Amino acid sequence: MKPRSFDYHRPRSVEEVLALLAKYGDDARILAGGQSLVPMMNFRLLEPQALIDIRHIPELGHVHVERDYVEVGAAVTQNRLLAWHDLGERLPLLAATLPWVGHFQTRNRGTVCGSIAHADPSSELPLSLAMLGGEVVLRSVRGERVLPASEFQTGMLSTARESDELLTAVRFPTHAGAKVAFREVARRHGDFAIVGLGALRAPDGDIILGIAGVAGAPLVEKMGPGDLMDRIGDIATEIEAQDDIHASAAMRRDIVRRLSPLVIAEVQA
Amino acid sequence: MIEAKPRQRVTITLNGRKVVGDAEPRMLLSDFLRQVIGATGTHVGCEHGVCGCCTVIIDGVAGRSCLTFAVQADGSDIETVESLADNGAMNELQEAFHRHHALQCGFCTPGILMSFTDFLRRNPQPSRQEVTEVLGGHLCRCTGYVKIVDAVMDVAARHQPQQDVGGV
Repeated sequence: MKPRSFDYHRPRSVEEVLALLAKYGDDARILAGGQSLVPMMNFRLLEPQALIDIRHIPELGHVHVERDYVEVGAAVTQNRLLAWHDLGERLPLLAATLPWVGHFQTRNRGTVCGSIAHADPSSELPLSLAMLGGEVVLRSVRGERVLPASEFQTGMLSTARESDELLTAVRFPTHAGAKVAFREVARRHGDFAIVGLGALRAPDGDIILGIAGVAGAPLVEKMGPGDLMDRIGDIATEIEAQDDIHASAAMRRDIVRRLSPLVIAEVQA
Repeated sequence: MIEAKPRQRVTITLNGRKVVGDAEPRMLLSDFLRQVIGATGTHVGCEHGVCGCCTVIIDGVAGRSCLTFAVQADGSDIETVESLADNGAMNELQEAFHRHHALQCGFCTPGILMSFTDFLRRNPQPSRQEVTEVLGGHLCRCTGYVKIVDAVMDVAARHQPQQDVGGV
């Protein structure tokens, strides 16, 4: 349960981070909170040659309100965002999902961007970003690009991030006044979700259903007009699902089928 | 051939005092505290962040020392269970644990004490539900958890804000 040797770097600016990433590429990993990375290293599932610690970089510590979105920098911890005074008003979906992310103790160190970069299919933050149609900001020595969540999240633990890119921030579209609901099935509150289900109803009335923990990436469906139960049935049947030690694919589909009407009802009320 | 990386000097403020030690980058903070510094009050359980035994306070917030490298903690403020008692006299939280039988073997206890030391500083009047959720980040094989919640609620009850009873 001890990790393999690596070189440790603590750069003081984003520029220095990018230079290190350009040098190491895939042989390095970014260390922000480490709550996803370090367990994998302790299990030796990952053996990076170098770690680049970004926890103290001032340019990455921001929560900025822009006109249509809130931008969260890569060093912002999950608990810091959860305690943000404007969260419930501007980002009610995150106010509903963040309390389900890990435990109090892991949220104190784990970062919002780290969870999104890690892209575990059962994670609540990637689901939230996908449901909101948010974006990620990626920087390298070659420049900066902004990707929508749907293009960034490509599959289980994989994203469109190039090996020399740093995810510097994520952008959550503000949705003040939206009705939101989130439910999760897990063995212990805070453990990996077996299935996570979110619903969002914007003031204009469209209901969005989000599903985590089943397919390799979050699944987001717009629930338009038409029979809801039929639609849910189709989604549950068609979603790509696998057996694992926590639950079978059949069980996951069943949870989607039974719980989706409940989260949707919560936002219709 | 596998080679060890050179050790780096790590300086932390541990329970208010500066301590220094050497650690390879891969050395976990939990091992650094126990083996290099000799502060063995912090325990090691799962080494992947789920059991909570290793929880300490890092720069003011409770966190897993098994998921932190010693070199990451260089320059940081660390509080461990050794900081709680005052010259052998248990602090209020420890006393409450003792009174409520909130520990048996005591292996998980240091981590839980540090979690609640942080939590009660932020939220001195939690609900039972809130305490239960924070405790959810710890695994205890002995107590069944209820008495731990009782102990924390006891400490909270002793710090009720004074109600103003009189008139103008």
